[in-house]
Amino acid sequence: MLDPVTLAVLSGRLEQIADEMDATLFRSAFNPIIAEAHDASHGIYESVTGETLIQGKSGLPIFVGAMSFAVKAVIEKANQDGDLCEGDVYVFNDPYDGGTHLSDVRLVKPIYRSGKIFCFLASVGHYHDVGGNVPGNYNPAATESFQEGVLIPPVKLFKGGVLQQDIIDIMSANSRLPGSLYGDLNGQINALDLGTKRLNDLLDQYGEDLVHEATVELKARASKLMRAYISRLPDGEFEAIDWLDNDGISDDPLKLKIKLKINGEKMTLDFRDTSPACLGPVNISRSTTVAACYVAMKHVFPEVPANSGVLEPVDFIIDENSILSVKAPKPVGGYTETILRIIDLVFQALALASPELTNGCAYGTINALSLAGYRKDGSRWVMFSFFGGGHGGHPLGDGLNHGNAPISTATIPPLEILEAAYPIKFREWSLRQDSGGAGENRGGLGAVYEIELLEEEAKAFIFGERSKFAPPGVVGGGGGALNKFSYEQEKEFKLPPLASKMVNISLSKGQAVRLETPGGGGYGKSYKRKIDSIVNDVKLEYISSEYARSEYGVVINDEGEVDEEKTLASRKKIRQTS
Amino acid sequence: MKRGHLVGVDVGGTFTDVFVLDLDEGNISVAKVPTTAPDQSVGFLEAVTTGISSVPQITTIVHGTTVATNALLERRGARTGVITTKGFRDVLEMRRRDRPTTWGLWGTFQPIVPRDLRLEVEERILANGTIDIELDVTGVREAASYLLQQNCSALSIVFINSYVNSENEIKAKKAVQEIWPNSHVTVSSEILPEIREYERASTATLNAFLQPPVSDYLEMLETSLEERDFRGQVLIVQSNGGVMNLERAKALPVRTALSGPAAGVIAAGYIGTVAGYPNIISCDMGGTSFDVSLIVNGESSLTAQSSIGFGMVVRTPMVEIVTIGAGGGSIARVDEGGLLQVGPGSAGSNPGPACYGLGNMAPTVTDANVLLGRINSESPIGGKLKKLDAEAALRAIKTEVADPLGINVYEAADAILRVANGKMANAIRLVSVERGHEPGTFAAMPFGGGGALHAGALIKEVGLDCALVPRFPGITSALGCVIADVRYDQIQTINQSLDSLDLASLENQMVLYCKEGHQVLDRSGSTLEKRTELFELDMLYVGQTHTVKVPLALNFLDDSLNVKREMIQQAFEEAYLQEYGRLLSNIAIRVMNVRVAVIGHRAKFDLSLLAPSESSSLDEAIIGKRSVYIEGNWLDIEIYDRLSLPIGARINGPAVLEQPDTTIFLEMDMVGSVDDYGNFLIRVEN
Repeated sequence: MLDPVTLAVLSGRLEQIADEMDATLFRSAFNPIIAEAHDASHGIYESVTGETLIQGKSGLPIFVGAMSFAVKAVIEKANQDGDLCEGDVYVFNDPYDGGTHLSDVRLVKPIYRSGKIFCFLASVGHYHDVGGNVPGNYNPAATESFQEGVLIPPVKLFKGGVLQQDIIDIMSANSRLPGSLYGDLNGQINALDLGTKRLNDLLDQYGEDLVHEATVELKARASKLMRAYISRLPDGEFEAIDWLDNDGISDDPLKLKIKLKINGEKMTLDFRDTSPACLGPVNISRSTTVAACYVAMKHVFPEVPANSGVLEPVDFIIDENSILSVKAPKPVGGYTETILRIIDLVFQALALASPELTNGCAYGTINALSLAGYRKDGSRWVMFSFFGGGHGGHPLGDGLNHGNAPISTATIPPLEILEAAYPIKFREWSLRQDSGGAGENRGGLGAVYEIELLEEEAKAFIFGERSKFAPPGVVGGGGGALNKFSYEQEKEFKLPPLASKMVNISLSKGQAVRLETPGGGGYGKSYKRKIDSIVNDVKLEYISSEYARSEYGVVINDEGEVDEEKTLASRKKIRQTS
Repeated sequence: MKRGHLVGVDVGGTFTDVFVLDLDEGNISVAKVPTTAPDQSVGFLEAVTTGISSVPQITTIVHGTTVATNALLERRGARTGVITTKGFRDVLEMRRRDRPTTWGLWGTFQPIVPRDLRLEVEERILANGTIDIELDVTGVREAASYLLQQNCSALSIVFINSYVNSENEIKAKKAVQEIWPNSHVTVSSEILPEIREYERASTATLNAFLQPPVSDYLEMLETSLEERDFRGQVLIVQSNGGVMNLERAKALPVRTALSGPAAGVIAAGYIGTVAGYPNIISCDMGGTSFDVSLIVNGESSLTAQSSIGFGMVVRTPMVEIVTIGAGGGSIARVDEGGLLQVGPGSAGSNPGPACYGLGNMAPTVTDANVLLGRINSESPIGGKLKKLDAEAALRAIKTEVADPLGINVYEAADAILRVANGKMANAIRLVSVERGHEPGTFAAMPFGGGGALHAGALIKEVGLDCALVPRFPGITSALGCVIADVRYDQIQTINQSLDSLDLASLENQMVLYCKEGHQVLDRSGSTLEKRTELFELDMLYVGQTHTVKVPLALNFLDDSLNVKREMIQQAFEEAYLQEYGRLLSNIAIRVMNVRVAVIGHRAKFDLSLLAPSESSSLDEAIIGKRSVYIEGNWLDIEIYDRLSLPIGARINGPAVLEQPDTTIFLEMDMVGSVDDYGNFLIRVEN
């Protein structure tokens, strides 16, 4: 067996290679979704099965679970064709094989040592635009993936080290922003080149056998670690139900259900009784569902390493025809909303098993907003961004105000950069009062963003969720505020017919769109929150005095002082009813 | 005329180090005293006056201070208010929508200025610089008087898009100054005229937050010095390793956030260059962390931004220091998957390693060094403890590492060191290999207490040329103060396409900064040997958000620079190619920012003053033998008194060298030698 020291050292070296590939793409990428929001990932994968051996620590968390499916898809394709050789690099964005959605372009490269495949390297990044009906590809009205963007099956971008310009030409011709696509693709190639060099250096130093042995051993240890964590949870079955507002086509809510079963050191995640596949784009493939569960687990047990061993003690039961296991050409463009809901479900179920390990749900929607139009000089502009919200209250304190989604580490671009790049002006960029779920530890606040158009006309597209079902609290905590998107027409703000999903909203100069995002769910019952903390929340205008009275039973007079008598009575009432 | 004494003072968390250079006699003396709180100057005046110098003799004091660093870490700055554009008071609290850790959602964040002290006024500038809404000057006055009523003693003014047009901010500042009782008002476009509202707001507000405590401290220091007949000049070390005078330090305290560590890196660059190793990786190993910095051709690399804890972004040029959680106090454990982990958990220096006997029972890197005989448990460095408890180290390692792994306790201690070395090696690769540098052309320079025990292993692991242990590794930062240059930096966002770039106005801006820089140098009161100007553009392809640094080779002559478009294009392509290996065709190029630095080079002192005296001899330096565990065996090896080794001494490993502030471990296949400056060079034996 490999000695523990060499193992620990090799583990660090391999991680560093993946991290360095991440960093290379972040720096050289063109579109801000990769460069600023780090919506990308890199890793090293097993030569025969495609299982994750090592994944970079700084990439988008959701890819940690999803990438091995992408590598598997390439392995199958290569086996079918029987013509894989050294210097090949595959490119594709097929979400049914590779997980996630069409915007995520994957590059997969076999690494050869002495004529044999030693492993695969892979790179994935979220492109600014890959065609389809909506700039930026979040099309809430899509009923087939053809309306979401161009689908590229696994094809060779490099054959034996030679770049196939034809492929780039086809991809570029299908994007509204070909320059950005070309830049990002180059960034991914840079990252793979660098990974190849670093991995070869490492293999020269330690030899293939030793490194291979280390990867096998690391997988075994990850599985052992995960089993140790699971066995700390109490045995039993824990159920939770949550909802998506609608599928963007009709206004019916979609049900998601989880039954978390703990049995010794095994865990089963049973998603039966979830809504069947829907017409609109909130479906996801099975691989994406599995990846989302992995993300939730890693938030609860942050030390779990990023390799396939982690999922070894976990079984999944997912109905073939549910929204969590769809096949081509069902639309999947809004996958982010559905995986956020899965993460919320896992937190809610785990809160029943081990309240001390969990937290209230985060704001639970990505709010993909595109504003697009033409400038006076005839050039096209597309501003596409995701927006933030509150995190859940947790055992150690209140939730974070204005955080990023649990599936990503994305930062938001500075508003000055957006204003300099696009014909827009922010009227407001602030925290949203009364949006954090009440609780002993309150949910963090969501945000308000109001954006005015400075050009003659533009179209707006919004893909959001949580406008009907608030982010739930746990352990008795209250829910965060609902998501609210509105758009200005004739000096008046209107709401979309299907909550926060709408395409082709016409804006003219001086009109604005407004997003009010949810806060996080609370942790623990609201009557347990210290009165001082509530008074401070009112002082800082995190909550209004009306909210302090209705949610916490704390009555504050005009001088900002607590009316003790009234407070005592109304706290008692809240306590009795909660 | 007498030239007097030049004094470098580095105030650290535990000790204050003083380095005195007698400019007339050409000799040096050093002192180490406990750091005094809250007034750091008490400690250093004490050190200066205990025999090695006297205040009236001092002509220049160069001071590396942790007043700003501590105020930020402990959040003990002034009660500060913010006046900002209507609709944007939460910029500071919303950050860039990040979270403290990638995994785990239990983060919280308290902004340095609470929400009720961040006030909005009517005004708005658009991205193209036009004024969309005129400033409500009355609103500014009302806001300022409200903040005064709320007992704020410092203020920052941050308006959206002020980087492109500062008019409203300047108007607001004038209105505030009519009623604000002190000078602690920071204006964002003055301190950082760069696009990115959060980074600018954070830097400006942290500066305001630091102005009162740093000014108070510096004034206290001036008074104490005056009382002692001081007639010299005080300079403060900035985070970028340059120095500034007191007046500027009071106005720009945020620029001293990493003052102390920066001085250490400056010293490493100078010592390395003089010794013939201008490419250095400095390694500062303390109780909880391992700090690495890259020096190429004697120049340390700068980073544009750093964060002092979550959400406290400081965007000013700083010496780039990569920190990982691997210090002497880093805790070793076997995780539930059976994998040996070292750090990031740490026992720090209090309670410290198990062998300190102060209550920590978990094994640390220092415990492993003690158990294997590399550290002398009878006479530990630093002078804080009389003796280390080797038994406690053994027990800790046995229970927590050896037994769970099923190996013997010495193998376990060895394993801890190798895993720790692996982590440190990764940090070195991060700053060298990952930046495209060939490790074989670099020397490691350990300073701080622990680095020299690991230097040999690190040069082997990363493939560095050698390690260079300075003669007094414990006072490197104080030495750095003495040699640091006077430095002025300024930045301005341009955000124009290269094709349509207004060259004349760019040149005017750069010339303006050059002149201002030279004035700052004039006012520094230092004797400067020469002056240099550095020009750099942050550039990118249109569509990218990350920039590459593009140095421009320009000469500042007769108030002009002769900037040319073709020259900028060529410089960009060189820089981009170097960074990414390929250029992109048919994509327009943009100039985001211009940076200007003006540096006044101060006279350096002769490092051979540090060299050992001629009377020392190799034999006399041997102070005994000790049993040390090396590659699976216990060997009886020689112990040397490092400071008694003569110039030219050569020692074959294995050996241990001891001195009051560090211990050097020379591995089996390595050879060490003393150079003309007293540095100890370690390399793999051929």
